[in-house]
Amino acid sequence: MAYTFQFAAVFESLDLLAKGALLTIQLSAAAMVAGLLFGATFAVLRTFGGRWVSMAIGTYVEAIRNTPFLIQLFLIYFGLPSLGISLDPVTAALIGMSVNCAAYTTEIIRSGIMAIPSGQIEAARALAFSTTDIIRHIVLFPALRVAAPALGSQFILVMLGSSVVSTVSADELTATGHILETQTFRPFEVYIVVTLIYLAIAFTLKLLFAWLDVAWFSRRGRL
Amino acid sequence: MRSFGTPEFLFMLQAARWTVILSLIAYVGGGALGLVLAFMRVSQNRLAREAARVWILLFQCTPLLMLLFLVFFGLALVGYGQNAYFAVTVAMSCYAGAYFGDIWRGAIQAVPRGQWQASAALGFTTFEQFRYVIVPQSVRIATPPTVGFMVQVIKNTSLASIIGFQELTQASQFVNNLTFQPISVYLVAAAIYFILCFPLTLLSRRLEKKLHVDRPSPVSA
Repeated sequence: MAYTFQFAAVFESLDLLAKGALLTIQLSAAAMVAGLLFGATFAVLRTFGGRWVSMAIGTYVEAIRNTPFLIQLFLIYFGLPSLGISLDPVTAALIGMSVNCAAYTTEIIRSGIMAIPSGQIEAARALAFSTTDIIRHIVLFPALRVAAPALGSQFILVMLGSSVVSTVSADELTATGHILETQTFRPFEVYIVVTLIYLAIAFTLKLLFAWLDVAWFSRRGRL
Repeated sequence: MRSFGTPEFLFMLQAARWTVILSLIAYVGGGALGLVLAFMRVSQNRLAREAARVWILLFQCTPLLMLLFLVFFGLALVGYGQNAYFAVTVAMSCYAGAYFGDIWRGAIQAVPRGQWQASAALGFTTFEQFRYVIVPQSVRIATPPTVGFMVQVIKNTSLASIIGFQELTQASQFVNNLTFQPISVYLVAAAIYFILCFPLTLLSRRLEKKLHVDRPSPVSA
């Protein structure tokens, strides 16, 4: 059976796809920022925050890392309303992605912190650094430097994983693909174009992170 | 309206069987593909190296959901109907293969050059070098991240529900539609996934400590 590809219908709706792609990028960027901030905070707290704090954060990290994002999203979008908290799809997606991303970044940054020789912290203490200064200059910055490549690949996974939020009808790129599919009855062509857009975003992020890694960390020397 | 009780729980547990089966299929299919890709990546042949590199790059930069859709609708175009079972098998294997291939490539390349040179000096053929010198050392390096990625595969089988495959996530959605108790239903689903995944996570961590592999894994998710 010969099949004629017809991309015309898809290309007519490129503006819709661009809008979807924009939301994908916005959601991912927001989740990355949230993931980085919370991840860094949690990683420091988990290392220096005492037993109970460390256990609480550890539980959160393991719970998120060992269950599917899709189920987490359903809990937030379908579960929270039964507790009286109703969220619109985009907010639910944003919360889900951030909560998910932060668990992974916590673990990545923590392993960066573990890589710091304890002698460095002792040396800083001996030089009368304040705790804040130690965390900032001796712990966090070098840890981020070690963690940067892993964080970069994690962020790309976050962006790719954002396609899942289409299931709660957040109008991002994949959901836009669904809409076009039902309008054009050309699912294969639609999803090829959508996939190409994802590839373009992923490659751009790859280049961006490689550049940021060099720009921020390389000149100051590796650990 | 039904409430969430034992029969519903058993229904989800039965569906979890498909989550396990799907994961196993992805391990076998992805493992075979990953092995080929890893050896292509380290081969002398430039074309093979580049082809494997591009394959891994493309599949690591495509959302698994898109992969599922493309295979699902693509198979329909070539006359295989809309067979969710087949589509999920193919898509999950291609996806897992790309990551396994990358992990194992890293493990092979992590073996110090001196090992290659020494075994060459001892007159080993390329096959013997791999068989007796390189692979035994790579396996040690590769095991923790491989087990870690196996957890990702289990979790990602949940996406099969979106193209209508009846595994644990789809069964939970079904039960939720009957009972309207999303919190209990999805928490139970999460617990089942956790019980499947956490032992592997612990195993991966223990192996990492035991085998003294302190390098960060190529796949951190």
